[in-house]
Amino acid sequence: MSLLDIADLRVNYGQIEALKGISLTVSKREIIAILGANGAGKTTLMRTISGLLLPRSGTIHFDGVGITKLGADRIVRRGIAQSPEGRRVFGTLTVLENLRLGGFTRPHGEIAGSLDFVMSMFPRLAERRGQFAGTLSGGEQQMLAIGRALMAKPRLLLLDEPSLGLAPIIVQAIFRSLRQIARTGVTVLLVEQNARMALKLADRGYVLEVGRIVLTGEADTLLGSSEIQTAYLGGERSDGASLLS
Amino acid sequence: MGTFIQQVFNGLTVGGIYALIALGYTMVYGVMRLINFAHGDLCILGAFIGLTMLTSTAGSGHPGPALLLLAFVVAIVLVAAAGVVLELVAYRPLRKADRLAAVISALGASLLIENGIMLIWGPEVAVFPSGLLPRITWHAAGASISFVQVMIIVASIFLMAALYLFVNHTRFGTAIRAAAIDQDAARLMGINVNRVIAIVFVIGPTLGAVGGLFIGIYYREAYFTMGWTYGLYAFIAAILGGIGNIPGAMLGGVLLGLFNAFAAGYVSSSWQNAITFALLIAILLVRPTGLLGERVAEKV
Ligand SMILES: Nc1ncnc2c1ncn2[C@@H]1O[C@H](COP(=O)(O)OP(=O)(O)OP(=O)(O)O)[C@@H](O)[C@H]1O
Ligand SMILES: [Mg+2]
Repeated sequence: MSLLDIADLRVNYGQIEALKGISLTVSKREIIAILGANGAGKTTLMRTISGLLLPRSGTIHFDGVGITKLGADRIVRRGIAQSPEGRRVFGTLTVLENLRLGGFTRPHGEIAGSLDFVMSMFPRLAERRGQFAGTLSGGEQQMLAIGRALMAKPRLLLLDEPSLGLAPIIVQAIFRSLRQIARTGVTVLLVEQNARMALKLADRGYVLEVGRIVLTGEADTLLGSSEIQTAYLGGERSDGASLLS
Repeated sequence: MGTFIQQVFNGLTVGGIYALIALGYTMVYGVMRLINFAHGDLCILGAFIGLTMLTSTAGSGHPGPALLLLAFVVAIVLVAAAGVVLELVAYRPLRKADRLAAVISALGASLLIENGIMLIWGPEVAVFPSGLLPRITWHAAGASISFVQVMIIVASIFLMAALYLFVNHTRFGTAIRAAAIDQDAARLMGINVNRVIAIVFVIGPTLGAVGGLFIGIYYREAYFTMGWTYGLYAFIAAILGGIGNIPGAMLGGVLLGLFNAFAAGYVSSSWQNAITFALLIAILLVRPTGLLGERVAEKV
């Protein structure tokens, strides 16, 4: 059975319909990439899954249970954590405080173990544990956002554009960490504009265009498809995608 | 020298009270970006509830300090309850509405509480009974410090230290700070932001009720428009320290109290407000975000 099951999801911002009937499934231990141009509705989808937006219609099931109308905090408790677009770390709190907040829903006794796990995955965070998150570099903030989400010990990890605005070498490091995280058994739903890197990591992908899914398939197939080639892998990207062979 | 020490103690006394009330403004602003204009009135509601408790238990034979403590407890409980109801009724339905709607709702709530106080306790100035507290006054170096002053200063310091520890060193306190920085990100941590806001509307009015009752005890009077007068001072203290910043409200309150006292002591009490506000404007010209506002880059 699938871990995440989304059926005919419609989400509005006032009169504007941002998601026009999205259906997708994510199986346990899968890595799924969501691709799409600016304004396609990727962030809207992630925010809706996390309960920050209420859909107009459609359903979201997680592990067989309906979570469509659940509050965001309850959804975290069910096992869905998100590293949001733009990272959204708590700038005036320390790295350690940010990480501890990531484990807000966890029993007190389990926090130390998870902190060790996250800090071994991102040793930079350990070095900077006492520093204000707002003073970290962009790449370090992204690591913090991912590490903070991992502190919730999620079964499903949502990642909204983890490569946004980062240097290619940092992007590669982040993707290596994502591969490592996936190996621990966490299911990953990854939103990316960096289509090549995302598809190389993912098992399957969905392509979103103005609120609709226009293409879906195995990651390898998508990588080779002419639609993807022309629309997203055109080779004129400046964010590092073209640097990878 | 005598005047100096005297004014330091006078300033710390009212400063402590301003700080207690300012914390309510600053915490609500921090989490909701809303000026709770009804906060001053809630504080004075605390003074009136405390007064009613004191007058109705006076002569019951129990020791004065016990009666005083009871008055504080009842005032805190009722004012905190009023704070929670206020948020639920006046602010929560407007959470997603235009900011102006919330401001108008806050002003309406303020008028409602103020007039409610007038209906219940009347428009005339109510006088606090004397003799509840030991009438001790210490004299040293030409200054005289009363027991009431010492009590207010010590209690204010104690409450502010407790709040500081709670906000900075507990899990839920960190959640409050997170919600103040970024509500949606806080939700993604599994924090129930509605609960955070409700708790802020317990903490603010709790400290405010103590502050309000201190005003009544210190000046030995209470009147229904007092919420505006002292609410304004405390609000200005919050701005002075940097609105939204908790240590800022504490610092702003104490500084404002000291300004006030020194202006009254060295110039004249009729110039007290003019001098205080001139200083305030000068400080805000140099630091528009207040003394402790935006110390660290918050936006990334
Ligand atoms: N708060 C909002 N209010 C109104 N419209 C919004 C809001 N947020 C997003 N939209 C609109 O919804 C559509 C989808 O936006 P969304 O942020 O989900 O796109 P995206 O795929 O994440 O884009 P990007 O790649 O730029 O992050 C866009 O047309 C956008 O303008
Ligand atoms: Mg987006």
